[in-house]
Amino acid sequence: MPLVTSAAASGKEYDVIVVGSGAAGGQTAYTLAMEGAKVLMLEAGRNYVPEQETPMFQTRGEAPLRGTSTPDKPFGFHDATVDGGWQVPGEPYVNTSQEESGRFDWWRSRMLGGRTNHWGRYSFRNGPYDFKPRARDGLGFDWPLSYEELAPYYDKVEMLIGVYGANDGLENTPNSPTGCLLPPPKPRVSDLLIAQRARKLGMPVVAGHRAVLTQMLDFKNTPAKLHPGNPEAQRIIAEHMKSRAACFWATPCSRGCSIRATYQSTTVHLPPALATGKLDILVNAMVREVTLGRNGLASGVSYVDKGTGKPSHAAARVVVLAASSCETVRILLNSKSAQFAHGLANSSGKVGRYLMDTVGSTVEGQIPLLESLPPHNEDGASGGHMYAPWWLYKEQLAGKLGFARGYHVEFGGGRSMPGLSTAAGLEWLTGGSYGRRFKEDARRYYGSFVYFDGRGEMIPNEHSWCEIDPDVKDRWGIPVLRFHWRWSEHETRQAAHMQNTFAQLIEAMGGRVKGEVLTDGAKAIAAGGSIIHEVGGALMGTDAKESVTNRWGQTWDVGNLFITDGAVFPSNADKNPTLTIMALAWRAADRILELMRRKEL
Amino acid sequence: MSEPLRVDRRTAFKWVLAAWAAMPLQRRAFAAEAASAPSGYGTDPDLTKIYQSGELWPLTLTEAQRRTAAALCDVIIPADAESPSASAVGVVDFLDEWISAPYPEQQKDRKVLLAGLAWLDAEAKGRFGTDFAALDEPQKTAICDDICYVPRAKPQFAEAAGFFATYRDLTAGGFYTTPAGTRDLKYVGNVPLPRFDGPPPEVLRKVGVGPAPT
Repeated sequence: MPLVTSAAASGKEYDVIVVGSGAAGGQTAYTLAMEGAKVLMLEAGRNYVPEQETPMFQTRGEAPLRGTSTPDKPFGFHDATVDGGWQVPGEPYVNTSQEESGRFDWWRSRMLGGRTNHWGRYSFRNGPYDFKPRARDGLGFDWPLSYEELAPYYDKVEMLIGVYGANDGLENTPNSPTGCLLPPPKPRVSDLLIAQRARKLGMPVVAGHRAVLTQMLDFKNTPAKLHPGNPEAQRIIAEHMKSRAACFWATPCSRGCSIRATYQSTTVHLPPALATGKLDILVNAMVREVTLGRNGLASGVSYVDKGTGKPSHAAARVVVLAASSCETVRILLNSKSAQFAHGLANSSGKVGRYLMDTVGSTVEGQIPLLESLPPHNEDGASGGHMYAPWWLYKEQLAGKLGFARGYHVEFGGGRSMPGLSTAAGLEWLTGGSYGRRFKEDARRYYGSFVYFDGRGEMIPNEHSWCEIDPDVKDRWGIPVLRFHWRWSEHETRQAAHMQNTFAQLIEAMGGRVKGEVLTDGAKAIAAGGSIIHEVGGALMGTDAKESVTNRWGQTWDVGNLFITDGAVFPSNADKNPTLTIMALAWRAADRILELMRRKEL
Repeated sequence: MSEPLRVDRRTAFKWVLAAWAAMPLQRRAFAAEAASAPSGYGTDPDLTKIYQSGELWPLTLTEAQRRTAAALCDVIIPADAESPSASAVGVVDFLDEWISAPYPEQQKDRKVLLAGLAWLDAEAKGRFGTDFAALDEPQKTAICDDICYVPRAKPQFAEAAGFFATYRDLTAGGFYTTPAGTRDLKYVGNVPLPRFDGPPPEVLRKVGVGPAPT
């Protein structure tokens, strides 16, 4: 990517500074630059070029330690993440509790494009209930906007990034208009077996939605829908769409994609935005705070140039925070002034409050029907081809389940690229075989395992939040976050429900559960932060006393300061947050453009 | 489903929690420094490079230990009509790389494996008067039968059985990630395809799920 230096950036005038380059920053900068605003993007990590750096066909045998997870590379050696993980060297954070149930572990990726380079690519729309959850069951918060208001932006994002899926007309699981979704990939054999047996349990199994191109994007018709009345933007995005190949059904998406067949900010948002000539990107720029002018408006950001270690400043008419929910909160709380002694845009005292992750729980099983199948290529689109949306809305509303919100099920199985775990831990099936019999067992059981991952909604609560630690600073001298975390019974009961459901499903497939079914929800639930769907901390709302931003992500206190990442989410539906982050970011960017045109910014 | 995030998520998290639990309060904040051992490959290695055993950190095993290690590898994965033995495709090099790595999981396995290999030779000498590698097949089997399955191992073999389970997992992991091991399992992916057709009809018939919807 063409980059600017700190010195060059400080000498230029920008309309908007965008802090962060992932799903939120990428989408914000894309929309603004394509529509003519001059944008400076700051990224705390290094430049990253997926077309050159992605290990596409490397086998596990070619990686150190066969590619296993290590503290340096928590998702394995070939995972796209650079300088990231739940611990980042030199960038600590603090938890007030030592207990697993009271901790929040914070994933960061210090690289251009952030977490979008390695994410699972699951891309679901929130449904109508998800925007008004309190109205439905009296818990949590309603969004200050409805599904109908965000729907046109979901349409645009799906058309821009490319999402496969189907319209199934299921409750609270919106269809997309014609022309938005790409055809889903054919199911794998395990998908078909799961769908067949899930039907008996009343679970719908339908095409998954993931940001992978199953065919090339429609570069003839889509550009005009994305950028009406803007021929230059249409030309640029049409050219860019032609540069993205369709999936060639090989290599794991988590490594990133050098042929640009999946969405990552670095291959989808940033190249066309740069092609406008309106976007400058400054990497290795660790933002410390938003600076405030005498007029009470944001004047820019101060940051540490990690190359030189020098404190620097960049100025613009508008500042957008898209640094990831917790990093955005951290920047706000570290931006103290006489006017905002408790952090910028925090007159409500709500900055840092209502941090959420996704409820996760997993069960694996071994399915005799899938043993010793004729060899065939099951790589497909790497992630799930199908999934099960939440299906017990009526039972839940009637109070029959003991927890208030739903979950969806991501699953998989099959003959994936052999790894360290492929023939490990088979004793429960083999009775400890070794020698020629072990080799036969390995062949027999290879591809016969399935897993079910529940992904459920967490309701925001008063006990899950973050603040600035009074003592600890990172290596740049910037005060760090201190986390407080607690699940409610809505989450732990939901996790237990996942375990029971998945065990029933495995049984319905004629299989055996691997390990123990965790009926104690507190044990079944994945630790806070481990699903890496961090949202909340600077909620949008209708009341300046109770929320941090309005329905556009514009902070109540500072008119030219916007938040476009997950921090503004008033709830965390079971639907993975990335698509909604992008839809909100596009909408916020449109608002910024409109206010700039009206000279209100 | 290569490299599904969920598999690594648990492994990864296990490490995070273990590291934190072991740390006093004041030091937790600086876990990042402590966690990133200087001799690992770091948080920004070249992902496109092909790595050889011994390239990133010095190896451990002596010639004598390698002989024992190779003998045990081949008891677990011997040559057959489908594929060569584990030691023939470099699995001992992999095991040596593994136990020599500066990371916590590997350091834990290092203790288990070095002690286990020493136990194996001592047991072979005690029973048959020679090193494990020099035993004939029935003699090797006699020892391994006692330690191949933790739930059935007699109390005096409990620790050795734990070693064997770890060793079998690592040997299998090392073997099936080589080209020969991958061929043995008849994994036919990791090649670009013009389209994805889903499972062939004989697979659908065998599982009883009918033709895939188009």
